[in-house]
Amino acid sequence: MIERRLHPVTPFRRAWAPIAVLAGWAVHDPDGTQQQLARLTTTVLLLGLAVLVPVAGLYGFLSWWCTHFAVTDTELRIRTGLLFRRTAHIRLERIQAVDVSRPLLARMAGVAKLRIDVVGADDKDELAFLGEQEARALRAELLARAAGFAPETAREVGEAPAYELLRVPPRALALSLVLTGATWGSLCAALVAPTVLWLTTHNLWTVLATALPLFGAAGASSAGRFVGEFDWKVSESPDGLRIDHGLLDRTHETVPPGRVQTVRFVEPLLWRRLGWVRVELDVAGSANSVLVPVAPRPIAESVVARVLHGVTVPEELSRPPRRAGWCVPVWWRGHRLAVTDTVFATRHGLLRRSLSLVPHAKVQSVRLSQGPWQRLWRVADVHVDTGAGKTVTARLRDAQEAARLLHAQAERSRTGRRDARPDRWMTSG
Amino acid sequence: METGSPEETGTPGEELTWRGLQPALVRVRRLLVVVWMAGLALATGLLLGLLVGPAWAAFALLPLASAAWCWRLLERNWRSWRYAERADDLLICRGVLWREETVVPYGRMQLVEVTSGPIERRFGLATVQLHTAAAATDATIPGLDPAEAERLRDRLSELGEARSAGL
Repeated sequence: MIERRLHPVTPFRRAWAPIAVLAGWAVHDPDGTQQQLARLTTTVLLLGLAVLVPVAGLYGFLSWWCTHFAVTDTELRIRTGLLFRRTAHIRLERIQAVDVSRPLLARMAGVAKLRIDVVGADDKDELAFLGEQEARALRAELLARAAGFAPETAREVGEAPAYELLRVPPRALALSLVLTGATWGSLCAALVAPTVLWLTTHNLWTVLATALPLFGAAGASSAGRFVGEFDWKVSESPDGLRIDHGLLDRTHETVPPGRVQTVRFVEPLLWRRLGWVRVELDVAGSANSVLVPVAPRPIAESVVARVLHGVTVPEELSRPPRRAGWCVPVWWRGHRLAVTDTVFATRHGLLRRSLSLVPHAKVQSVRLSQGPWQRLWRVADVHVDTGAGKTVTARLRDAQEAARLLHAQAERSRTGRRDARPDRWMTSG
Repeated sequence: METGSPEETGTPGEELTWRGLQPALVRVRRLLVVVWMAGLALATGLLLGLLVGPAWAAFALLPLASAAWCWRLLERNWRSWRYAERADDLLICRGVLWREETVVPYGRMQLVEVTSGPIERRFGLATVQLHTAAAATDATIPGLDPAEAERLRDRLSELGEARSAGL
């Protein structure tokens, strides 16, 4: 077992910490900071800096010195901590996703961050920073070992060839953001609320205090999303699904085969004329949720067919019985359900439609619930729980149909698992 | 111990043996309700009677009335709880007004937990809880005989191992 260290650039990242703390304090209490600063002379300030920076540097260096990682046949071991030692052993066959991300500054320094998503793991289990080449090689090695290659060959396998499935053009992405209600909603809020406040209070500070966060939110939901989802590329390779995106911070995600728990097609009202959809996915223990930010529906469906093998998106979805209108007026029409031999699919929403697909093999438990009012109208809800902590619900089904659905779904989820691929997908897959 | 008779449900041709909970669970819950509500009634009666006026002490009847109501409700709720071990999954039914039926395939169980608090132990009761990879799975069976709880735990973990499927 060879223990390795992170890239020597890493200590500089830690050196930021005391400056960040000071900045946080200054923002939190501006008046107090000003008073304190006025009392200090230049010499004291310089002396302070002369002490603080080496201390921070030393801390950064020591914590870098104490952090080791090693890849064994079955585990990734991370040993870290200066005062409080911490050892994390991550089982390779349980890896849900591997991300290589390169924030702007890291890109300049030629380093990358490697994050491994495992169910129930902490955020701390990321390797920051590694050399760019090293990060790529380690990612390939981890995935090769997780796939079940022998340790000697795992390193030589190298990066699996990728086949590009989809690339989102910047124009389509920009147009999709323009056609999203949230963009306009946050922009309107950012313009209207400060104006109203100015007219009523004439207090500059109140207006600034409300305007800044609102403009921040508006920026994040439009420009931020554009920058984050710029040049979105989805490709397929033997070690899983690759997602590349970002204008300033580049992120490279890999989801090994068979890790996707649910897939959602979201169709905002204004996108429907263009036939565009946004595809989201849930992977257990992973924070990433977008598969395709925007794409024409047939293309998105073909991508989903590659992600969930042999799954076709059901066309015909059945409506709840008419009397369900007594339980949920108007919106009951939006609740639809379809069960095919591969997926359990439900849709909800009238204006912004959201269609969720759960492969039968990913169902953890099935529940039926019925309140007193629902019983009066002989309807019931069927909930399907998945491993990513998401529950997909078929609402307002006929009570007898729901009871049949409950048992049939439990049966399907059990048999659906039999022909699923093993965790180590290259061993007998 | 069996309160429900074997009956047919959704899957035809499969005889189901439903099992109910221990009657002691109703006793425990009633005891808890009575103790809490009596305390609340006493506090309300004393406070209102001394501070506002003796007539206001009649408000102490409210907790007592709700205790009497709960007395009946608890029995109905207890009767509604039942579970059945089928060949491949565990079935749990509960609730009177808000009914819920849960099916957990054995292969998906990550962990089976048997807990028993001090009051539960005093009355010879134990709770079995099933965890799957989904946090929403709410499969808890309270008020079991400790021996039955242990039998269930062993059987479930044995079946879970045999049919293990994980995520």
